Amino acid sequence: MNDMTPIATTLKDWETDQEVRWCPGCGDYAILKAVQRTLPAIGADPKNTVFVSGIGCSSRFPYYIESYGFHTIHGRAPAFATGIKLANPDLDVWLVTGDGDGLSIGGNHLMHVLRRNLDVQILLFNNEIYGLTKGQASPTSRIGTPSPSTPLGSVDRPANPCAFALGAGARFVGRGFDVSKFLPEVLTAAHAHKGAAFVEIFQNCIVYNKDVFNDFAAPKGAEDRQLWLKDGEPMLFANGTKGIALDLETLSLKVVDVAEGDWQGAGVLVHNAKNRAIAHMLVEMPFGEFPMALGVLYDDPRPTFEAAVIAEKAKASEGKTADLAKLLAKGQTWTVDDKGGHPA
Amino acid sequence: MATLAAEKPAAAAHTPEAVVVRFAGDSGDGMQLTGGQFTLSTALAGNDLATFPDFPAEIRAPQGTLFGVSAFQINFGSTEIETAGDAPDVLVAMNPAALKVNLAALKPGGLIIADTGEFNKRNLEKAKYDVSPLDDGSLARWDVLAFDISALTVEAVKDFGLGNKDALRCKNMWTLGLALWMFDRDRQPLIDWLNGKFKSKPDLAAANIAALNAGHAYGETAELSGPLKQLHIPPVASAPGLYRTITGAEAVSLGLVAGAQLAGLPMFFGGYPITPASAILHHLARLKEFGVTTFQAEDEIAAICAAIGASYAGQLGVTSSSGPGIALKGEAMGLAIMTELPLVIVNSQRGGPSTGLPTKTEQSDLYQAVYGRNGDAPMPVIAARSPGDVFDCAIEACRIAVQYMTPVMLLTDGYIANAAEPWKVPDPKAYEPFPVTFLEEKNSGDTLLAYKRDAKGARPWIKPGTPGLMHRIGGIEKHVETGNIDYSPANHQAMTDARKDKIDGIAKTIPAQDVVLGDATGTLAVVGWGSTFGPIHQAVRRARKQGLSVSHVHVRNVWPLPANLGELLSGFDHVLVPEMNTGQFKTVLRDQLLIDARSLTKTSGQPFSIAELETAIATYFDATADNESGEVSPTPAQLPEEGSGYDDGSLKTGVKP
Repeated sequence: MNDMTPIATTLKDWETDQEVRWCPGCGDYAILKAVQRTLPAIGADPKNTVFVSGIGCSSRFPYYIESYGFHTIHGRAPAFATGIKLANPDLDVWLVTGDGDGLSIGGNHLMHVLRRNLDVQILLFNNEIYGLTKGQASPTSRIGTPSPSTPLGSVDRPANPCAFALGAGARFVGRGFDVSKFLPEVLTAAHAHKGAAFVEIFQNCIVYNKDVFNDFAAPKGAEDRQLWLKDGEPMLFANGTKGIALDLETLSLKVVDVAEGDWQGAGVLVHNAKNRAIAHMLVEMPFGEFPMALGVLYDDPRPTFEAAVIAEKAKASEGKTADLAKLLAKGQTWTVDDKGGHPA
Repeated sequence: MATLAAEKPAAAAHTPEAVVVRFAGDSGDGMQLTGGQFTLSTALAGNDLATFPDFPAEIRAPQGTLFGVSAFQINFGSTEIETAGDAPDVLVAMNPAALKVNLAALKPGGLIIADTGEFNKRNLEKAKYDVSPLDDGSLARWDVLAFDISALTVEAVKDFGLGNKDALRCKNMWTLGLALWMFDRDRQPLIDWLNGKFKSKPDLAAANIAALNAGHAYGETAELSGPLKQLHIPPVASAPGLYRTITGAEAVSLGLVAGAQLAGLPMFFGGYPITPASAILHHLARLKEFGVTTFQAEDEIAAICAAIGASYAGQLGVTSSSGPGIALKGEAMGLAIMTELPLVIVNSQRGGPSTGLPTKTEQSDLYQAVYGRNGDAPMPVIAARSPGDVFDCAIEACRIAVQYMTPVMLLTDGYIANAAEPWKVPDPKAYEPFPVTFLEEKNSGDTLLAYKRDAKGARPWIKPGTPGLMHRIGGIEKHVETGNIDYSPANHQAMTDARKDKIDGIAKTIPAQDVVLGDATGTLAVVGWGSTFGPIHQAVRRARKQGLSVSHVHVRNVWPLPANLGELLSGFDHVLVPEMNTGQFKTVLRDQLLIDARSLTKTSGQPFSIAELETAIATYFDATADNESGEVSPTPAQLPEEGSGYDDGSLKTGVKP
């Protein structure tokens, strides 16, 4: 996020003249709307906003946002974003990627953009499948996922995007899902975070991996399966009848029952978004035994990469003039006079 | 060229025009540093010069081994010097391995200076000598000056309290002192340099200076008897002006800075460590006050992608690498071509394929530069001929990139990157600026046409942050005017044509091809590109002195070719293309010009020698030679002798293959 004067826009201002070409019913439509709702709410300025993407269904995103947009090559969006931000730190850069783009072919770049802490919002649409190439298993597909490339079910263990991000040094980790009404809140928090803000958005690929997130994303029973984290508030779910507590014996999280609203008595943790150790536990909570942790899991800013680069450049340039003629004549030189002679 | 040995009978009878000296030792002996300092002293003495550093890929190869030998050759003289010289007149061998690896190159009658202190049993074994060559008469063809440099050095620095190991480290300065005496050089600049280098360690400075002085003094004493003679090579008659020595890596960095200034843009350089290109990143990282941002990326792909991102945001994006890294950047180059963003890509070529010969030179990435991308992806290619020439080539690459909105490939090679030559310091004001204008408002009434082309075929450059010009670009085929996604058949045809026409059109703004030496028509044109300039030029000069109708044509703009090149070459009966590859530019010439160009190829990791080229030229004037058979192949003499050094895959002693 940048220190910009808020600009008054409406959702309509962020729609382009391009026909949206995702499959009817694709979760990307909902994410697009959530972003187009968020942008006016945060006072974003279309001329200073840049959406950068890689390759895949998610990466078509920039064509549908009325701002500057750069649809690049597979997996490399973080590298392009780095060049853009270093060249013009005033730009507000959003990076859109998917589970294949961001964690498979582009895993290296995602790791480095997070550890460097470039000031960008990274939206990773996780549908646990390769959509645009017609349905192969992806690095987040669960073991046993049948697909054209894994007809007997995938055998490789999936990556956990939020755990990857934290491990790579991310200072902001958020989670939401396509049709969630809370998604704009997570996006707003990501934008407010100065530095690399990583948001995993579970996205329903209705053609190749339909309803794979229904176990927690379906409206029915959602309150029992979703833990929406809010900084400074107790980690409660199931309408306040259950909570997350810390088991001091095993140094791990556990689900506790909360009787009559006495969450303190039950030992329920209060969410502190700056607690990195708890954040590691939250992203790793096994779903089923635990609810799905959603919202802002971790948010503890550090100085950004571009700020460090600018400061270093300013320091190195201090008191120096950019005199090219002097630079060319640097080092040990000698003069040949017009008689072709050399002074001793 | 006279040899030092020829001087022996009549010492001061005449002075040679040029001398070739090769310093060779263990890769830990500091031979590159010795050579570098000797080069500087040579330049300060006003001689023209060319150098050839030749070192192993290993940082510290096992001591005393044949493949750990590091050498630095310098050719200097009172006439124009364009190559590092074919055969050395003087070989300084700091150990048996250095002698063995380099002996074959030494001119008959040349002088060997050897450190007997290193010719012990262990080192002789490592160099695979059964008997010391200093004792068995096998060096009778040469003059030998063998003495214990190690002991003399230790003696010279004994007052400074260094350990034996540190004392022996001063050997290179002792040797340099002797070399400075041999060529009547001033020691003071070197003493100043040592004092500066060891500012915080005055003892080391004093020890090194003492070693330098001792080596120098030894020369005076040894002159009284034996083969050592002092020579004074007069300065070359050069154009008046200010001079300095420069390596290709320095020159390309300075040229890029100058190019960015002439375009009126800050520069963004994305790089990743790779031999021999890293030096460019190192130089530019120290030039931040010139508006240069350097970014050491996580890999080669990120380096180019970040540079393209910076260009998209309105800076001059630059990336650099060597063959393997360039291969990784291929897809991103395609995106820069598709999105029509300016970008300069520097390829310091090295021996390939794959990892190949990281520290050796080759010109084998020409196909990669011209053709090496998916789809019809035309890109201009410029090749530099020498360290000094890279400066101008880099400026030209920047100009083409911003004026045509295209990535441009600048080819240098390992030889140019590392070699040094005297360089007349140019006046930046002598270069015509090519300031960039960004599009500030809609360019078609109320509409933005992001791909509307100017007369040159270039689209407008639109920076994010510009009000009212929000638009989307990407690697998918785009509408010929709006830039919106458009796969339609007619549109793809139109866009493919537009991209090709734009690059072809660059031929209109590059200088017409000239003949650098010789007549505009004749029997044979020797056509070169890149760093073969020096040996070709000298070989053609010598052939012309013999009255042969030969001309030297040197092509800088490898793609697109100068518009008049075909017409020019049609004025010659034969066209010979010497290249350090298997004939890549020859193929381009045949394809583009439909001419019967023939190849002279060499892929030994070493530059052409003048003699090799002279021999090839001579075959065209030899009535008995069969010139119709096709290619001129490298003569067996070019192949290294077996066991002559380098990492030849030798097994450990006692291991049977």
